[in-house]
Amino acid sequence: MRTSSPAMPDSNQSRPLSLITENLLVLVAKFFSGSSARWIDCQPDTTQRVYFANHTSHLDAIIVWSALPRPVRMLTRPVAAKDYWDKGWVRSYLAKVFNALLIDRREIKVHQSPIDLMLREIGDTYSLIVFPEGSRNTKNEIQEFKSGLYYLSKKRPELELVPVYIENLNRVLPRGEFLPVPLLSCINFGPPMWLEQGEPKAEFLERARAAVCRLKDVQE
Amino acid sequence: MSGAVWGLIGVVVLILAAATAAGQALSRQTDLGLNTGAVTAFNARVRAAWVSCCLLAGAFVFSPWVTVTLFGFISFWALREFITLTPTRLGDHRALFWTFFLFTPLQYVLVAQDQFGLYSVLIPVYAFLFIPARVAVAGDSKRFLERIAKIQSGLLICVYCLSFAPALLYLNIEEDPQSKWRNAGLLLFFIIMVQIADALQYVIGRVYGRHAIAPNINASRTWEGFLGGSGCAALVGMSLWWATPFNPLQAAGMSLLISVMAAAGGLTMSAIKRDRGVKDYGTLVEGHGGVLDRIDSICFAAPVFYHITRLLLTP
Repeated sequence: MRTSSPAMPDSNQSRPLSLITENLLVLVAKFFSGSSARWIDCQPDTTQRVYFANHTSHLDAIIVWSALPRPVRMLTRPVAAKDYWDKGWVRSYLAKVFNALLIDRREIKVHQSPIDLMLREIGDTYSLIVFPEGSRNTKNEIQEFKSGLYYLSKKRPELELVPVYIENLNRVLPRGEFLPVPLLSCINFGPPMWLEQGEPKAEFLERARAAVCRLKDVQE
Repeated sequence: MSGAVWGLIGVVVLILAAATAAGQALSRQTDLGLNTGAVTAFNARVRAAWVSCCLLAGAFVFSPWVTVTLFGFISFWALREFITLTPTRLGDHRALFWTFFLFTPLQYVLVAQDQFGLYSVLIPVYAFLFIPARVAVAGDSKRFLERIAKIQSGLLICVYCLSFAPALLYLNIEEDPQSKWRNAGLLLFFIIMVQIADALQYVIGRVYGRHAIAPNINASRTWEGFLGGSGCAALVGMSLWWATPFNPLQAAGMSLLISVMAAAGGLTMSAIKRDRGVKDYGTLVEGHGGVLDRIDSICFAAPVFYHITRLLLTP
């Protein structure tokens, strides 16, 4: 489904304060994660994309978003959990700054599926950052993907799906901790993929998961 | 600024200019049968040396504080490279947090306050005891000794040892009205000698090297390079004595000491890298390895150089 007029989120350019916080947030995020972005058979681009990554830490959304070059970042919205990013004014302010698309994980209504909400919000301008594992994994291996990515591409098959592997971030801010340890992390962007015509759900999800896993072993 | 410091800076610029010219000339010679990879690596090293010299010179021009802060950031970055390469467990998280955000900055604040009595024991005593206790409280006993030893080693090598380089700026050398600039000269002499010793050992090892010290760890470090390089470094150091508070014989001895410690540092850090199966520590600057690859020799030479200088020169 494609809506003609996407609901535009607050534009950061119009508010100088947000612009400052945005740049500050990117700096702080880069400092703490020491992240270096590697583009492997893929170039940063402003075409509509869905970046899908392994989920290891609360910082994931911010870090992947910060790793994108600014023109791409301005058009990219990370999907994040409403129950986490709604708590307290600091978190909700930050979520506004990095332009998060907050999804309620608890109350999923029949007529208001998160997929429809995402598609309505991005219109034909914005890209998304999603974490198809659903919840943060505690072990080192990547869990099975939830089916959201499949339904997303079924409705918008032309969206480029870009696999992303986040390395080491679970050590920067592990589950249940609130103080980060500034280790060096790495973000690998892989070659875009698409949902094939008539590809079964399970096969597609496994293929997507394998694409993220492949980025794990990439050496410089 | 005293003439000695300007003289040293002049020497550095001359050496670097010569090295740059030589590197450019070598990269244009294709018929000599030289290893192009080695030439590229050499040129990259020379460029890195220019950058670090400019940073240091900039820091000198302002105040000792700026130099200390600069070294503090280098320590911080080296430590994160070290810990990133070390497998840690969830139970180490809080101990690591304090390592990065309490002990590392505090060490450099104490150095800048010239609190020798405090900064010489902060890490070997307080951090040394705090880390295992904090990890024990977290309650994960798996490979306990190994884990705490890794954090302690990282903190000692990357922070404690390195902090003795800027500490040279506060060393109270006899009664000298120009003490401040003599100290800047001392630090500059130290850094230059580490770089020269590294370069000499590398070049001589490359040309005359036959017997590797530890072939399984680093095949390019040879006995010939080590002995020849150290001997030459002692001569170079002696010829620079006029810029230091040492007499010529002391300058030669200190240079020899620096050269030996630099070799020890390089070999030790190679062993750690080899164990972890990586070539370089980080990817801060493309093709330059990590910060830790650049400072390994300084880390090992600094505390020993500081200590011996203190014994020799302070009343």
